[in-house]
Amino acid sequence: MTQQTGVSAFRHDANRRTIVLMGLSVVLTHLILLVSGAWFAFAWPAIGMSFIMLVLICERIGRLVPASQRNLYERSLALGFPTVVLSVWQLGGDLGLINRIWFPPPSEIGKALWSVTVNYDRFSETSLLGRPWLIPSAYQEGGFSGVGTLLSESHLLATVMRVFSGFVLGAIPGIFVGVVMGLNQTVRLMLDTTLSAVYVLPKIAIFPIVMLMFADPFGEGPKIVVVALSVFILMAINTMAGVRQIDPVFLMAGRNYGAGHWQMLRHVILPGAMPVIFAGLRIALGTAMIVVISVEFLRAKQGVGFMTFYYWEVLVPEKMYAGLVVVMAMGILFTATLYWLQKRLMPWRK
Amino acid sequence: MDTPTVVRPKISAKHVGKIYDTADGPFVAVQDFSLDVAEGEFVCIVGPSGCGKSTFLRMAAGLESISSGSINIEAAPDSDKPANSVVFQEYAVFPWKTVIENVSFGLQMRGISEKERTQVARYWLDRVGLTKFANYYPHQISGGMKQRVSIIRALANDPEVLLMDEPLGALDAQTRVVLQEELLRIWEETRKTVLYITHSLEEAVLLGDRVVLMSAQPGGILDIYHIDLPRPRSFETTTLARFSEYRALIWEKLSAEVTRAMEMQE
Repeated sequence: MTQQTGVSAFRHDANRRTIVLMGLSVVLTHLILLVSGAWFAFAWPAIGMSFIMLVLICERIGRLVPASQRNLYERSLALGFPTVVLSVWQLGGDLGLINRIWFPPPSEIGKALWSVTVNYDRFSETSLLGRPWLIPSAYQEGGFSGVGTLLSESHLLATVMRVFSGFVLGAIPGIFVGVVMGLNQTVRLMLDTTLSAVYVLPKIAIFPIVMLMFADPFGEGPKIVVVALSVFILMAINTMAGVRQIDPVFLMAGRNYGAGHWQMLRHVILPGAMPVIFAGLRIALGTAMIVVISVEFLRAKQGVGFMTFYYWEVLVPEKMYAGLVVVMAMGILFTATLYWLQKRLMPWRK
Repeated sequence: MDTPTVVRPKISAKHVGKIYDTADGPFVAVQDFSLDVAEGEFVCIVGPSGCGKSTFLRMAAGLESISSGSINIEAAPDSDKPANSVVFQEYAVFPWKTVIENVSFGLQMRGISEKERTQVARYWLDRVGLTKFANYYPHQISGGMKQRVSIIRALANDPEVLLMDEPLGALDAQTRVVLQEELLRIWEETRKTVLYITHSLEEAVLLGDRVVLMSAQPGGILDIYHIDLPRPRSFETTTLARFSEYRALIWEKLSAEVTRAMEMQE
C-alpha cells in the first residue's frame, strides 16, 4: 500500500516536471526565433509545433486532474481549444501573418456582425434580425401588420421559419411512415429501396423540380418543401430502423397484457423506437440546415444563406463571415432545443 | 345436492401441433401435445433446449398460432379477468416505464382507473418489498428486482392462469433460489393455476405438482411425473430424500433425451 502511493507520487512528480519542461521548450523556441529575427519566416511551423506541444501538455495535465475536478477539466478543453484558435487567428491577422482582406480576424467579424445587426441594408431591403427595436413605433403606425412588415425584412426569421416549417412538415409524416414501414413487411418491401435511392440524392438537385410544382416558384413553398422532403426521408428510414430494433418480447408483452393498436403505438412502439428517432432528428436537423442554406444561396431574396452569399458577391468578406457565424449559432441553438426535448420525452434515459 | 359437478380442467390442450414453414420445407416443432391442467395446479415443463416448450407456452398465451389441435383456457362466464398473463425472461420489463407503471400496465390497458390500478400495484410492490423502488426505472434496479417486477406485473393483472417462460433463467444462482422461495410463498397464498417452463430440473421438482418431460424434435410429451412432496415447500424441500429420488428418476430419462437431441443436431 505505502509502496503503491510512493510509486504514484513519483509518477505525479514526473508528470509535473514533464509539463514544465514542455512549456519551457515552447516559450524558448519562440524566444530564440524572435531574438535571431527569424520568427516571421518560421512563424507557421513554430505555431504548428506549439499546438502539438499544447496537446501533449493538456494530456499530461489530464493525468494529474483529480476525479472531483474532471468536469471542469473537460469543459476547459472543449471551450479552451476554440478560444486558442480564435486568438491565433486574431494575432496572425494583427501581425500580418494572415491576409486580413480574405480572412478578417475575429474582431473584424464581430464588428461586421454588430453592423449587420443594427443596420438596415437599403439595397436588399433586409436586416439580420428585422430591427426589433422599431417594433413599438411600427406598432403605432400600422398595428400588428406593421410589425409583421417590419419583421419580414429579417434574414434570421426567414431562415428559422423555413427550417422550422420544413422540419415539422417533414418529421411528422416521416415518423408516421417509418412506423408503418417498421411494422408492416409489405409496405417496407415496397418503400425501402425507393427511399434509399432518393435518400442519397442531393435535395438541392431536385429543387428546380420542386419549384415547378408551385404556382409561385420563387415563394416560400418550394424552399419549405425541399427541406421537408429531406427531413421526411431521413425520419422514415430512421424510425423504421428504430421500430425494427425493438426487442420482440416487448411487443409480445404488450399484446399479452391486452394493448390495442393505439395503445401498442403509444406505450410500446413509440417509446421503444424513441432513442433511434431522436438520433434521426439530430441528423435531420443538420441536413435541414444544409438544405436551407444552399437553397438560399441559390434562389432567395432573404435568409441567412442569402445574406452570406450576397456579401460575398458584393465583396464584403467580414459580413460574409458574420453570416457563417449566425449559421453556426443557429445550429447550436437548434441542437440544444432538441436535447431539451429529448430529456423531456425520454426521462428513462439519464 | 348429489348432482355430480363436472370438474373441467383449467387448461386443456388437445393434440396440439405446430409446424413452421421454412425455406427447407415444413419443420415440426410440436406434435400431438395433450395436457390437462387442473384449477390451482402448478405444472412444470422441462425438456432439452429446442424441444418446443416455449413454443407451446406461446401458443397457450395466444401469441403464436396453433397449426393443429386446440388449447382452451376455462374462465368463469361472468369473469372479466384476462385469460392468461405471461412472465417472460428478464428483459420484458418495459425500460421506458417506471416500476409502478410496469406493474399496473395490464390494468391500464384494460381501462382500469388510475386510482384503482395504483392501489393494486402498490399492494403487490409491498408484497415483494419493492415499495421504495416504485418510481425507479428498470435500468436503475438489479436483475432480480426486474424479474420480481415482471412476476407481479402478471399477478396484478389477476389472470385465470399464469404462464411462466423460464422466468428465472437469466438470474444468478443465489438470486434464483431467493426468487424460487418468494414464488412458492406467493403461490401458496394465491393458488393460481400455473404453467411453468424451465430448463432446470431441480426447479421443476421443487415448484411443480406435476413435471412434464418433453421430447425434442418434434416436441411431444415423453412422460409426466406427479411430485408428491409436502406443501408448503421451501429450499428445505430440496434436502428431502424424496426430492433426490424424483430428481434422479426424471434425470435418467431427461439426460437420455438431451443426448439424443444433441446427436440429432450433429
